[in-house]
Amino acid sequence: MNSLFEYLLRLGDDSLILGHRLSEWCGHGPILEEDIALTNISLDFIGQTTTILELAGQVEGKGRTNDDLAFLRFDKDYRNLLLVEQPNTDFGFTMMRQFLFDAYRKPLFEALMKSNNTQLAAIAEKSLKETKYHLRHSSEWIIRLGDGTEESHSRVQESLDTLWRYTGELFFKNEVDAELTASGVLPDLSGIEAEWKKTVDEVFAMATLTIPESPWKFEGGRIGKHSEHLGYILTELQYMQRAYPNMEW
Amino acid sequence: MVTELEIWKYLEEVFDPEVPVLTVVDLGVVRAVKVNGDSCHITITPTYSGCPAMKRMEDDIKEKLAEKGVKNVSVDLVLSPAWTTDWLTEKGRTKLSEYGIAPPENETDKSTLFADPVIVPCPQCKSKNTRLISQFGSTACKAHYQCNDCLEPFDYFKCLR
Repeated sequence: MNSLFEYLLRLGDDSLILGHRLSEWCGHGPILEEDIALTNISLDFIGQTTTILELAGQVEGKGRTNDDLAFLRFDKDYRNLLLVEQPNTDFGFTMMRQFLFDAYRKPLFEALMKSNNTQLAAIAEKSLKETKYHLRHSSEWIIRLGDGTEESHSRVQESLDTLWRYTGELFFKNEVDAELTASGVLPDLSGIEAEWKKTVDEVFAMATLTIPESPWKFEGGRIGKHSEHLGYILTELQYMQRAYPNMEW
Repeated sequence: MVTELEIWKYLEEVFDPEVPVLTVVDLGVVRAVKVNGDSCHITITPTYSGCPAMKRMEDDIKEKLAEKGVKNVSVDLVLSPAWTTDWLTEKGRTKLSEYGIAPPENETDKSTLFADPVIVPCPQCKSKNTRLISQFGSTACKAHYQCNDCLEPFDYFKCLR
């Protein structure tokens, strides 16, 4: 197994699948400003995907382009988190999914800037600036909704109850991480979980939200075991390339 | 033979397709120009990862230089060091303001989660009594503001550092 390729798929697929989910809001936002914000954020994610999967293709060395990787793999070959493939549901649910992810992505990119792989470090440096805007946006909404009306509070609390079980996977590690850490491609990532938890605790306190007590967590996305939702996403995402192979825009 | 200085001058005729008052030089996306014999190599950096204008700028640069008779032009996209609004030229900032887009203010780092939105003067009436409508505007690089005095909604070219 090519560990760097595998790791880049994790990063790229998180961006691709969450970017696709956010794009589903286009034309459906609760207000015009949020419609624009969600699709802007989607665009940032798709842009990140372009460079990450391009690098993945080079690292793999089999001549696959970023388009090949995005559009022509099967579900078991995707390495994204289960969290990012969860359906949009409602705006509060989308913001909770986004917040839990943004709070993880920021310390991750900060750390990856220290990678000894200069291309990976450059991607992290570029993406971090966008991630800071995303995190500010999602955390403000979590506070506004959590500490808002009875209805908005109960909806985001329910979202948190549903999504919390997918957050253990954020810090998934296997031999891929061990190998890349040994070779210095991955810097020390041991601090990101604590930093994530600190952000989450701080925002939930202000939002008057409670973290569920159950310690049960799902895993699987990082090794290609996905929820049924990914298949439906890929059906839509890959439709054009499957129906009209090699078509170009 | 064409010189690097001439190439920089030609590039001042290539405009950002989404903010058409700014040239690619004003925007600070052109990072290097190298002339080597009869070939010319230009390095550009994207503003935002997903900015759809980057490909267009690359094509426009090639087209402009071809028009000027410069042959063998290659354009490379580099990510690091990452683009920042600090690279907008002074001329670019003035042009933005005249066009009705507020230029980036000196914002502190966004590593802190919560901070009051910066005061952005209205490009129409210059009032500082304005409010942030949304951090995300008509393009990836802009936020959406409104003036509380003249009531004009306006774009703010947001600070990226």
